[in-house]
Amino acid sequence: MSFLMIVAVLAGVMFGIGALCAVYRIIRGPSILDRALAADVMLAIAICALGAEMAINHHTDTLPVLLVLAMFAIVGSISIARFMSKQDEA
Amino acid sequence: MSEIVAGILILLSAFLSMAAGIGIVRFPDVLSRLHASTKPQILGVAAICVAIWLLNPSWGVASTLILVLGFQLMTQPMTAHMIGRAAYRTEYVRADLLIVDEIAEAVDAASAAEAAEAAEAAEAAEAAEAAEPQAPGEA
Repeated sequence: MSFLMIVAVLAGVMFGIGALCAVYRIIRGPSILDRALAADVMLAIAICALGAEMAINHHTDTLPVLLVLAMFAIVGSISIARFMSKQDEA
Repeated sequence: MSEIVAGILILLSAFLSMAAGIGIVRFPDVLSRLHASTKPQILGVAAICVAIWLLNPSWGVASTLILVLGFQLMTQPMTAHMIGRAAYRTEYVRADLLIVDEIAEAVDAASAAEAAEAAEAAEAAEAAEAAEPQAPGEA
């Protein structure tokens, strides 16, 4: 078993724990901002996991996916935040 | 050698992701969860980008990774700022957990100024109403 395979197993377990915790927070709330925040964490974990898989398997096929995720991560949370702040008149 | 460094960077990123997940489950309010959640978004992605480049060292990969990292660095602070602002304005922040609340002074000053402006406007409207009946007589 090579070093990178051991890293892959350990990293997979840690990414999984992080993603499950984010799902728990998305389900439990209590406010919509907590859910937006947890969805953001989930997205960051997805980017990290895709990148880790690319590094471990020595390929670059999902690099464009990484780029698109990094570009459009902003849309969801900012629209929720704008929707939430009612006092904002701009 | 580059494999070992890349493996350590991948483990760092995975650890940060796990810490963020545990943080958003265990911390009490939106602002402290925000603190925990922003760690994998920047440092985790940066570590992963360096790891990918170490194992696929070419210019095409490097330029795309710089773009990915640049977009993360530009957009994630904005997201965190907007969520924190919305949380403060919608009372999802536990004031008893704050040590310093610098924005409260600014908010108080702004609402005091707004109230003064409204009172002034009401006075002006009253004065205009009082002056109104004399207008036809003059004409």
